[in-house]
Amino acid sequence: MTAMRYLPHTPEDIAAMLEAVEIESLEGLFAHIPENCRRKEALKIPEYLTEWELNDHMDTLAGSMAVSPEYKIFMGAGSYEHHTPSAVSFLLGRSEFVTAYTPYQPEVSQGTLQAIYEYQTLTSRLLGMEVANASQWDGASALAEAMLMAIRISRKKAVAVSSAIHPLYRRVLETYFEPTDFEIRELSYLSDGTTDLSPLKDMDDLGAVAVQSPNFLGCMENLGDIAQTLEGQKVLLVVCFSEPLAYGLYKSPGQCGADIACGEGQSLGIPRLFGGPALGMFATKMKYVRNMPGRLVGETVDLEGKRGHVLTLSTREQHIRREKATSNICTNNSLCALAAVMYMATLGGSGFKKLAQLNYDKTEYLKNALARAGFKLPFRQATFNEFVVKFPTGFKKTYRRLLKKKIIAGLPLVGFYPELKDHYLLCVTETITKADMDALIQEIEK
Amino acid sequence: MKELNELNFPDDVRYAESHEWARSDGDRVKVGISDYAQDQLGDIVFIELPEVGDTLDKGEEFGTVESVKAVSELYLPVAGEVVAINDTLEDAPEKVNNSPYGDGWMIEIKAENPSEMDDLLGNDAYLATLKG
Repeated sequence: MTAMRYLPHTPEDIAAMLEAVEIESLEGLFAHIPENCRRKEALKIPEYLTEWELNDHMDTLAGSMAVSPEYKIFMGAGSYEHHTPSAVSFLLGRSEFVTAYTPYQPEVSQGTLQAIYEYQTLTSRLLGMEVANASQWDGASALAEAMLMAIRISRKKAVAVSSAIHPLYRRVLETYFEPTDFEIRELSYLSDGTTDLSPLKDMDDLGAVAVQSPNFLGCMENLGDIAQTLEGQKVLLVVCFSEPLAYGLYKSPGQCGADIACGEGQSLGIPRLFGGPALGMFATKMKYVRNMPGRLVGETVDLEGKRGHVLTLSTREQHIRREKATSNICTNNSLCALAAVMYMATLGGSGFKKLAQLNYDKTEYLKNALARAGFKLPFRQATFNEFVVKFPTGFKKTYRRLLKKKIIAGLPLVGFYPELKDHYLLCVTETITKADMDALIQEIEK
Repeated sequence: MKELNELNFPDDVRYAESHEWARSDGDRVKVGISDYAQDQLGDIVFIELPEVGDTLDKGEEFGTVESVKAVSELYLPVAGEVVAINDTLEDAPEKVNNSPYGDGWMIEIKAENPSEMDDLLGNDAYLATLKG
């Protein structure tokens, strides 16, 4: 065995440990595993590389992807390019915070516990809710957990879910629900890009209605109207999101009457890395807190009356009450939650609003420019930093030509919504300049 | 925790081995937990109760009681429909510690079969199970 610096145990360490357990070789540790379950030959993996060879290899892999700033990416669809202030990256990289695990012991974890508590506080404020948990894996699992929570509270067995919720979130929800006897009913979207609520009046056995706002088509849902429709019924309103920056400009889910607000927090200071990591944000009303999944940090005082933080209401969790737990996940996405709280605190309330306005204004610029150039914007509902364009048939060719020029002209929607042929979902954040947008229009018009 | 002889086991209620008590008045039965149960649990911080109108079987779980030490399930001593819950426990769960047979009652049911009360233990028999 080659002793590499990544492996903490020297051959002497290993020999000492084997001696202590009275086994001759490492192989002996596996003696209790039946012969026919064991692999005889070595794994077929390449030899190790030197550090410089490995760097080269990684650079080649990275070079095969289209990433900013080399590419101008007009694509969001659940993952957003935002500028991250240097202070956030610096603070997040501090060794006190970079740990793979969440804290059980308040005696040794006050810093992390306080940081999570601050995350919960700012998340509650941003979403307009009374209590937020320490985070879930991602927006999709947050939605699935929200629907299970709504079923626990309402004691009903069916939920209605807007088809304008991120298609991948809905797939995760379906996976969660597949082994249960709970039913998912899909609400289609209307010609203005918002969810059709008219079927709700014929569904009297619903436990929850879930919509996303801004939705996957970029449109703001009329949350106030939905809340009004549900008023007086025992149906929970679950508001999901993939771009929480929108609430710097638009009313928050809580202000619109949401019972649960959940979604993806990647846009808050977490880079767009291939497939992750992500941040599931989750908040609700205080009266539902005992049904909420996930870790929760609370504030208390120690014996000397000094402020301190501890994990609280742990009886909801599976390490205390396995089969009665509110979720089978009993941890959080701590480092991503810390990135989000640092990002929110760095921007501050007014900075957050300004940034949201900037995203909106730039997006409106591109919408207007595309409309002037004769392209159709099929959904008239208000948007935030994403919107749908219908390009002429055969735009695929143009799309490929733009890609060669390092411009990604949005996400073709036909893969997720077969009826939306030639429709593309475009996104503009603060990182896209006016010149980038003008260049896009120019290239499309060629 | 107290010694058994310091605990109170009144004879106007009947006891389940899972430590709930039941007090009948015609077909109406009030249910709570025994002095022994509250003493074992310690300071009670939350009680989850069913909804009025729920119908439950004998031995079925009707709620949970959470103390600073543990969470325990509550089991219904006689089958019936829940006609009232003690919703003052939501804000004052300590009533169960202070007055387990009085203000700390939990639910009232309309018993399906009031004779099920006879299957429960009298105070002496219950105390005998505690002495093991």
